[in-house]
Amino acid sequence: MDILRFITAGSVDDGKSTLIGRLLHDSKSIMIDQLQAIEKQSKNMDEGEIDLALLTDGLRAEREQGITIDIAYKYFSTPNRKFIIADAPGHIQYTRNMITGASNSDLAIILIDAENGVIEQTKRHSIIAYLLGIKHIVVTVNKMDLVNYSEDVFNKIVADYKNAAGLIGIKTVTFIPISAKKGDNIVDRSQKLPWYKGETLMHHLENVKLDEDIDLGTPRFPVQFVIRPQTEELRDYRGYAGKIISGIYRKNDTITVLPSGVESRISKIEVASVETEEAFAPQSVVLHLETDVDISRGDMIVNSTKLPEVGQDFDVVLCWMSNQKLVTGNKYLLQIGSRRVKSVIKGMEYKIDVNTMVKEPSPEQGNLNDLLRVKIKTASPIAYDSFTKLKVNGCAILIDETSNSTVAACMIQ
Amino acid sequence: MIPRAIGIVSKKSTMNKHHLDFLEQLESESIHIMREVAGQFEKPALLFSGGKDSIVMVHLALKAFRPGKLPFPLVHIDTGHNFQEALDFRDYLANKLGEKLIVRNVEDTIKRQNLTETKGKFPSRNGLQTFTLLETIEEFGFDACLGGARRDEEKARAKERIFSVRNEFGQWDPKLQRPELWNTYNGKIDKGENVRVFPISNWTELDIWNYILREKIELPSIYFSHEREVLDYNGQLMFVNDFIKIDDGDKISKRRVRYRTVGDMTCTAAVESDCNTIEDIISDIIITKTSERGQTRIDDQVSEAAMEDRKKGGYF
Repeated sequence: MDILRFITAGSVDDGKSTLIGRLLHDSKSIMIDQLQAIEKQSKNMDEGEIDLALLTDGLRAEREQGITIDIAYKYFSTPNRKFIIADAPGHIQYTRNMITGASNSDLAIILIDAENGVIEQTKRHSIIAYLLGIKHIVVTVNKMDLVNYSEDVFNKIVADYKNAAGLIGIKTVTFIPISAKKGDNIVDRSQKLPWYKGETLMHHLENVKLDEDIDLGTPRFPVQFVIRPQTEELRDYRGYAGKIISGIYRKNDTITVLPSGVESRISKIEVASVETEEAFAPQSVVLHLETDVDISRGDMIVNSTKLPEVGQDFDVVLCWMSNQKLVTGNKYLLQIGSRRVKSVIKGMEYKIDVNTMVKEPSPEQGNLNDLLRVKIKTASPIAYDSFTKLKVNGCAILIDETSNSTVAACMIQ
Repeated sequence: MIPRAIGIVSKKSTMNKHHLDFLEQLESESIHIMREVAGQFEKPALLFSGGKDSIVMVHLALKAFRPGKLPFPLVHIDTGHNFQEALDFRDYLANKLGEKLIVRNVEDTIKRQNLTETKGKFPSRNGLQTFTLLETIEEFGFDACLGGARRDEEKARAKERIFSVRNEFGQWDPKLQRPELWNTYNGKIDKGENVRVFPISNWTELDIWNYILREKIELPSIYFSHEREVLDYNGQLMFVNDFIKIDDGDKISKRRVRYRTVGDMTCTAAVESDCNTIEDIISDIIITKTSERGQTRIDDQVSEAAMEDRKKGGYF
């Protein structure tokens, strides 16, 4: 049994919250008191039936305005898998929230309203899922009940979407016709869609293969904390604590510490104080080295046969998340894993139109929710991989030193 | 329809050598978060109540930092309404581990700040607890407080970040949350501010119990079936103690009960149960149709946004 983290993209009008409510309801994850609470509110809001959307809108302002402002995390489990849903708002002014939810997702469900077909928003959500490196994309064509469960309508939407996806660069997509409101093809196969021979949504979520998403061939270990008990009996104990973000580490492996470049060998690996011969991603472990090396938080221990890039100048595609403008010359802290360094924006390459993927060269500034490719220089070297090759070591954030806020999500190119 | 609920998962599958099952993944994620706290902050603390979630937190902290000492003290804000069993367990565990325990009492804050006690049949000190928490944070200069809140508990919690920045009054502003991307945590704050960190955000109640079972984690006796004098208040079984008001006509009886969550005696209800083992409890939760907080917390039932409002006021 493992964990699937997925994001649902679409607006309230597409029935996104109803779909989540349906998944929770049909997987028996909604408790009686929660149902009663939303029943009470549904009546308060003069709606005939239970509004499953009320399950996900957790803030007072969201319930008052009937919109989703921020991501809500929802949980359900089946005997095969634990699921974590990042329920993200769909409107363009919440692009940064969708990116936040997408950053930790293995899979994206993109909702299309069968009555409206592929719209600008569908493309935007697909572009974000693609840029954030989400490998599994599921397009659910919802509200099939409102188009008489028509195969033609579904086929046309599939064709339109494939067209748009091709332009974006998305290769594989799973299409499922559903009605979240009626429960068609969510958990149980719908009798009303006999022409559809594929999986139900739940079956797909339960069976999509995730193991290949972890790269076991590229060992990366950012040091978070140095454990030095300095007691009588543990005087010489010096362990480097962190999480293996990719790859496998074995005792006696020759490693390189970055950015210094010093080589050593792994003398001991511990997982929760128990010694082991090897450890792998995403385990949290303690590594010990044969020689005394100067290592502190922010350094990275990698296998010497598989080095990442080490440098100070690189390009990133970033999503700008602040109300302050982004312009060339601005300085920020860049955080990659446990390493934080000063950085400066050296130039703006282009801005990506999030609805069309069209690139506008040399923009003057970046505004809230913009996606841009920029040149960055850091004050000292960082060890990184390109985001498309190794997501876990190609992602970074920018922090505004004066406000302390996180202002950008960066994908290193 | 096939049953969809998850059951008891005590053993991990050994099918794939380089594969972590869901509990191991959750464990590693939580350890990573705790180490980020140790790496990013000068003066962190772990809020510890003697309840199951905070006991799991301590277990995870040991996995993160042993053989070293924990890089933070255990801190308990004692409302004065705590169950004796939880307090005893708190002291026992801190003592057994040789870790520092700091206890601060709501009672003292009430006296010092001339605060008014909540009135009513079940006078909760939940709101007052925030005063003591903020006082304690100030007294020791804590810049990060690790807490055992889970997102599945309540829908305001479902919206909160893992690193939740609070202003100098400890307040949460749900509209000004920092974006939290990948597993990159930004704990940068100004002096006077502090961060509440929730390493077990992604665990559910069942995950906690399955983990307790797998790791053989010790718990206070109150979680298992025992006989107790309770007041049946609209179906909520409240322990008869000095802090609640007994009225004429109250139905009081001895029942076999256990606690599903352990908070204050004034706001935590017991459930009737014969469960003596963790396996029994898990089976019981699976067939239970009521949520953890809905069944046993009368403090969340005040209004639809009770938790959101408390958090905005500086509560956990």
